[in-house]
Amino acid sequence: MALLEIKNLHASVAGKEILKGITLNLEPGEVHAIMGPNGTGKSTLSNVIAGRDGYEVTKGQVLLDGEDVLAMAADERARAGIFLAFQYPVEIPGVTTSAFLKTALNAKRRAEGKKEIDAMDFLKLVKAKTAVLGMPYDMIKRALNVGFSGGEKKRAEVLQMTMLEPRVAILDETDSGLDIDALKVVSDGVNSLRSPDRAFLVITHYQRLLDYIVPDHVHVLANGRVMATGGKELALELEAEGYAKYLETAA
Amino acid sequence: MAVTRETAAAVRDVEQYKYGFVTDIESDMAPKGLNEDIVRFISAKKNEPEWMLEWRLKAYRHWLTLADEEPTWAKLHFPKINYQDSYYYAAPKREKLASLDEVDPKLLETYKKLGIPLLEQQMLAGVAVDAVFDSVSVATTYKKKLEEMGVIFMPISEAVHKHPELVKKYLGSVVPYTDNFYATLNCAVFTDGSFVYIPKGLRCPMELSTYFRINEKNTGQFERTLIIADAGSYVSYLEGCTAPQRDENQLHAAVVELIALDDAEIKYSTVQNWYPGDADGKGGIFNFVTKRGACRGKNSKIMWTQVETGSAITWKYPSCILQGDNSVGEFYSVAITNNRQQADTGTKMIHLGKGTRSKIVSKGISAGYADNTYRGLVRIGAKADGARNYTQCDSLLIGDKCGAHTVPYIETRNPSAVTEHEATTSKISDDQLFYCMQRGMNQEEAVSLIVNGFCKEVLQTLPMEFAVEAQKLVGISLEGSVG
Repeated sequence: MALLEIKNLHASVAGKEILKGITLNLEPGEVHAIMGPNGTGKSTLSNVIAGRDGYEVTKGQVLLDGEDVLAMAADERARAGIFLAFQYPVEIPGVTTSAFLKTALNAKRRAEGKKEIDAMDFLKLVKAKTAVLGMPYDMIKRALNVGFSGGEKKRAEVLQMTMLEPRVAILDETDSGLDIDALKVVSDGVNSLRSPDRAFLVITHYQRLLDYIVPDHVHVLANGRVMATGGKELALELEAEGYAKYLETAA
Repeated sequence: MAVTRETAAAVRDVEQYKYGFVTDIESDMAPKGLNEDIVRFISAKKNEPEWMLEWRLKAYRHWLTLADEEPTWAKLHFPKINYQDSYYYAAPKREKLASLDEVDPKLLETYKKLGIPLLEQQMLAGVAVDAVFDSVSVATTYKKKLEEMGVIFMPISEAVHKHPELVKKYLGSVVPYTDNFYATLNCAVFTDGSFVYIPKGLRCPMELSTYFRINEKNTGQFERTLIIADAGSYVSYLEGCTAPQRDENQLHAAVVELIALDDAEIKYSTVQNWYPGDADGKGGIFNFVTKRGACRGKNSKIMWTQVETGSAITWKYPSCILQGDNSVGEFYSVAITNNRQQADTGTKMIHLGKGTRSKIVSKGISAGYADNTYRGLVRIGAKADGARNYTQCDSLLIGDKCGAHTVPYIETRNPSAVTEHEATTSKISDDQLFYCMQRGMNQEEAVSLIVNGFCKEVLQTLPMEFAVEAQKLVGISLEGSVG
């Protein structure tokens, strides 16, 4: 059984069908990349999996370890192990990154029947994780995402991912707005989280990110459907030839 | 000698007025309604000296002339209160319960959420257990220590007898009995409250709190608090317990007076969580409170911090009169209204002395169908050379049925004064909620976290233990406000 199964998923926004039957299987340990032109449903797919309001699933299933993800509320999905790294991380004024991380971590621990982490252990853990990711520890004292540069926001996303240790991590255009140095830091962070029991769904516009996070499978999404699937060489081919032929086929 | 004579007179008063109330005295309750006899009754119950009774009566007679002057300028809507339809002295004893098993489990659930220890839960619920007495003796230990340092900290009813010179000198000196409708009523019928005197040069080493005192002596709805910080002294005072009151629509008209002499500092923190009424706006406390501090001395400082989450209606403007040169007034407020709650709250900073400074930080949060108004006055007098004020008013809306209003008044009569005013209004966005929930927090945790972030600047001015409690309270009072 795949870790995450997406079966014939159809979803609409405001009555307009965006996803028109997506089927994907993510096995544990795999990294899947989804590429495609703008407006083809890439972000819709990540939002539907994560459970954001405003999307109506009209058909199909999403299963995590065989459990019906679509029946769960957004926070239950998160606690079950689905993590979404946001394309546009949200500012939470007055809430330090540290306080946010601790609240999130404790929500997860409670769901797992563990007791809440105490303040000292928490700080030790954050210290260790920021060191691994090569991030300045002081970042956790700042209000989450408030006044963060594009690179800092994405790093904060990776830090959260590292702390929460999800089963399935979805990266929604994590490379957007990053310079090459930030891209490298973020990619290193993601790579350090690759493990045999975790799967990644990396949504991106450009092949560039996939030089750093090397995928096992690449899917081309166009007009709400998976138009092609291949290995990492497919990404290079797309980079060279563009998406034109998939759009034509779809039309 | 004078005191003895007054006491004797008071005793005569008791004799004189007790006849009408024989049975009522036994049940420790005055008859319904308000008249001079009731005022005398209360005074007699407290065994007060003549001068105190006279003051009450003066206030009562003045109150009668205010019948048409009940304030209506606040953005509050409530049915006209029939002042003859209440009890002005009810037995302060609450119903004694044998054990916690008899207490409403919902109440206990709330205490648990607040992290109030079991012992305090028992005290708050009015359960008569031995532990309460233990705790009272703990309080007494502190009292003794404080006494040795010269701190006077006792119920005001006791201070009237033990320190009449201080009470006479300062009572009504900041909030005179003619001040306003509710304050005048309070002067006539106040039942109890705290009295604090910090002697010259003493930095009071512990936070003084009504917490244990209120439990020791259940005070009524007309509290009267008087705090005097003598020259060069410092005190931090915490007011109010976080226990929800279970009462139905009741009037709570307290008066607090603070006096800071030369170089003295008073920090006054309140966490107010009276019963807010149910989701449909039935029941709840009408909280009409007059709080004012006078920075009488040079370089004195008064700092108000309030976290207002309870009450059906809040009408409250803790203020500072900055008389002493270079004195400082600060006001930090979080006011949360949910469901049908209404709050009209803010402050007045009256700059009279030279070089006086004031700072106002107000955070209003509205949810449900609630209305939340910041109303503030900054007045700079002609002699207040170089006075400065900074005001920041932020409103946060949760949902689209609630309201936030900001009504700042600035009056400057001195050209050298500088005043600044900043205001923002924002909403908790769906994006913020989804972001938090995507990290595993449930909706209530998410709202609590976001709102606590919004209030942080104010909450961090609270003493440590209070801040933790207040943070939890912020979350609890907004439960069910989203979705």
